[in-house]
Amino acid sequence: MTDLAGTGRGRSGGPGADAGRPLRGGWVGRRARGLLGLLATLAATFLGLLFVTFIIGRVIPIDPVLAIVGERATTAQYEAAREALGLNEPLLVQFGYYVRDVLSGDLGTSILTARPVIEDIGRVFPATLELATLATLFGVLLGVPAGVLAAVRQGRLTDQLVRLLGLFGYSMPVFWLGLMGLLLFYGQLGWVGGPGRLDTTYQFIFELEVPRVTGAILIDTALAGAWDVFRNALSHIVLPAAVLGYYSLAYISRMTRSFMLEQLRQEYVTTARVKGMPEWRVVWVHALGNVLVPLITVIALSYAQLLEGSVLTETVFAWPGLGLYITQALFSGDLAAVMGGTIVVGAAFILLNLLSDLLYRLVDPRAR
Amino acid sequence: MSALLEVEDLRVAFDTPAGVVEAVRGLSFTLGRERLGIVGESGSGKTMTGRAILRLVQPPGRVSARRLAFDGQELLTLPERRLRALRGRRLAMVMQDPKYSLNPVMSVGRQLTEGLRRRERLSRAEARRRALAMLEAVQIRDPERVYRAFPHELSGGMGQRVMIAMMLIPEPDLLIADEPTSALDVTVEAEVLKILDGLVRERGLGLIFISHDLPLVSRFCDRVLVMYAGRVVEELKAAELERARHPYTRGLLRCLPRVGGPRGDLATLTRDPAWAEQGAE
Repeated sequence: MTDLAGTGRGRSGGPGADAGRPLRGGWVGRRARGLLGLLATLAATFLGLLFVTFIIGRVIPIDPVLAIVGERATTAQYEAAREALGLNEPLLVQFGYYVRDVLSGDLGTSILTARPVIEDIGRVFPATLELATLATLFGVLLGVPAGVLAAVRQGRLTDQLVRLLGLFGYSMPVFWLGLMGLLLFYGQLGWVGGPGRLDTTYQFIFELEVPRVTGAILIDTALAGAWDVFRNALSHIVLPAAVLGYYSLAYISRMTRSFMLEQLRQEYVTTARVKGMPEWRVVWVHALGNVLVPLITVIALSYAQLLEGSVLTETVFAWPGLGLYITQALFSGDLAAVMGGTIVVGAAFILLNLLSDLLYRLVDPRAR
Repeated sequence: MSALLEVEDLRVAFDTPAGVVEAVRGLSFTLGRERLGIVGESGSGKTMTGRAILRLVQPPGRVSARRLAFDGQELLTLPERRLRALRGRRLAMVMQDPKYSLNPVMSVGRQLTEGLRRRERLSRAEARRRALAMLEAVQIRDPERVYRAFPHELSGGMGQRVMIAMMLIPEPDLLIADEPTSALDVTVEAEVLKILDGLVRERGLGLIFISHDLPLVSRFCDRVLVMYAGRVVEELKAAELERARHPYTRGLLRCLPRVGGPRGDLATLTRDPAWAEQGAE
C-alpha cells in the first residue's frame, strides 16, 4: 500500500546548512534507486499475487480433471488427463509452470467459452474499465467539490445536504438503485438506453464497421467517427456509470470533507489569510493542495474497487464486463477463468498503486 | 502622535457546549509606531488578542469591542474586501512555528511572491527580485536556493526568517509577532530576534510582541502589558520592569532562574481569582 504517514516530514541539518537539495552525488542517483526499488516491490507483489491465485486454484473444491473428462470417464482416462495437466508434479514445480505460463500470456482455456481466458478477458475487461473510469470521473468531479464545500460550510445547510447525499449513497443497495434507475429513466421516461452496452442494431454496426483499437466503445467509435453508434453507447453507459459513480461520489465527498476540515484548521491557512489572500484561494489552492496527497489514495482505492466489485451493477445492467464474467465462471466451475480474472483484478490494483505512488511525488515535495 | 491601533473593551468569547468561555475580557490599549509587548501565561488570552485584531478568530469564537480601529478604520465592521487589502498590505503577523505556518506543498518562492503577484500585479521577475531582496534582508546567505526550496527543507530558524520575510514584503505598518521564537533553539532565537528587531527599527513599524517570556519582552519592547485571565493586570514601561507592583507580574519575575543567583526551588506562580475580576487600575 502507498505510504501515507511516513512521507518524510523529518527535517535535516542545522540552521543555515540545510536549504535545498544536495546537488551532487544525490539527486539523480537517489531517483534511480527509488525507481528500482519501486520496480522490485512491484515484481514481488505480482509474484505474491500469482502465489495466492495458484493456492486458490488448489484449494477450491473443483477438480479440474473431472471438469474436463466428465463424470463417466474411466480411471485410466482420468489419470491420463491428470498427467497431461501436470498435476502429478510436486506443488512447487506446478507453481513454476504456472508462473511461466502466466508470464508468457497463457492463462489457460475457459471451459465455458472454449476460448483462451486471455482472449475472453481482453473482450470483457475494456467494458468494465470503461464503466469504472466514467463512474470514477463522475465521483471525482462531483465528489471533491462537494466535499470541499461541505467542509467550508461545516454545520450549515450545504454541509447537511452533502452528508445526506453521502449517507444515501452508502445505504442504498446498488441493485435496487440500478433497477429503480432503469424503471424510471429507461422504462418510464425513455431518457437513456436500456441494459447492455448497445442496442442490438448498433451492436451489429459496431461489430462490422468499427475497428477495435482499445475495446472501449466510446473511444473506438469516436476514433472511427461513428457518431451514431457513439451516441447510442453513451445513452447506455450513462445510467450504470451514474449509479456506480454515486457510490464513488459518496465515499470521495466524505473523505474530502474530513481531510479538508483537518487542513483548514492548520496554521498555514491562517498565514494565507494574513497575507490577504481571497478566501477561494485559501480554500482551493492552499488547503486543497494539501488535501490532494491523501485524496489520491482514496480515489485510487475507490477506482480499484469499481474495477473488481461492480458485479451487481453489471448483472443489473447486463453489462458484459469482468465482474459478470468472473461470476459466471465461478458458478460453472471454470477454474482457469476464475484465476485469470483474479490475476487481472490484482494486477489492476498493483498498477493503480504504482500510479498513485507516482502522483504522490508530483503533488508532495516531501515524497520526492 | 496619532494612534496606529486603538483597542477599547475588546472581548473574545467562545460558545462551547459547557457554556460561554471568555478568552479576552475587556482589553483596552492604544498603539503608536512603537513596540508593545503582551505577556502572560498560557491561556491568558494574548494569542486571541493578536488574532482578534486581524479578525482571524473563526467560529465558534466571537469578537466584540467598543472600538477596534486601525489607522482610524473600524476593523470589526470593515467589509471583507477592504479587510483583505489591509491584511495583505498594512497588517502582518508572524506565528509561532514555521513548521506549521508555512504551506508544506508550496515552494518558498511561490509563497513569498503570491501576495505581490496577486495584490500588486507585479510580473514574475519583479516579484522574484523583491522576494530575493527581502530574503537577503533577513540575512539568508543563499537566497536563490531558499527561494527554490520547500518548507520541509528548511530548519526552524530559516523557516522563521522566511516567515518574517514573507510578512514584511508588502511593507506593513503593524506587525504582530506571536511567540515568534518559542519553537526555536536558544541560539537561533537570539539571531532571529536580532533580525526582527533590526527590521522593526529600520522600517519604523508598529510591533505587538506576544510572549510568555517577560525579560525577553522587556528587552525588546518599549512598553509591556501583563495579561491574566483575559485582562490586563498591569501596564509598564519596559525599562521599569523592576518596579512592577502587581503580585502577578512580580510572581512572573520571581519564578525565573538567574545565573549566579541563589540555588534552590524556584517560586511557584500564585494566582488570585480576584485579579481576574479587577483588571488594571
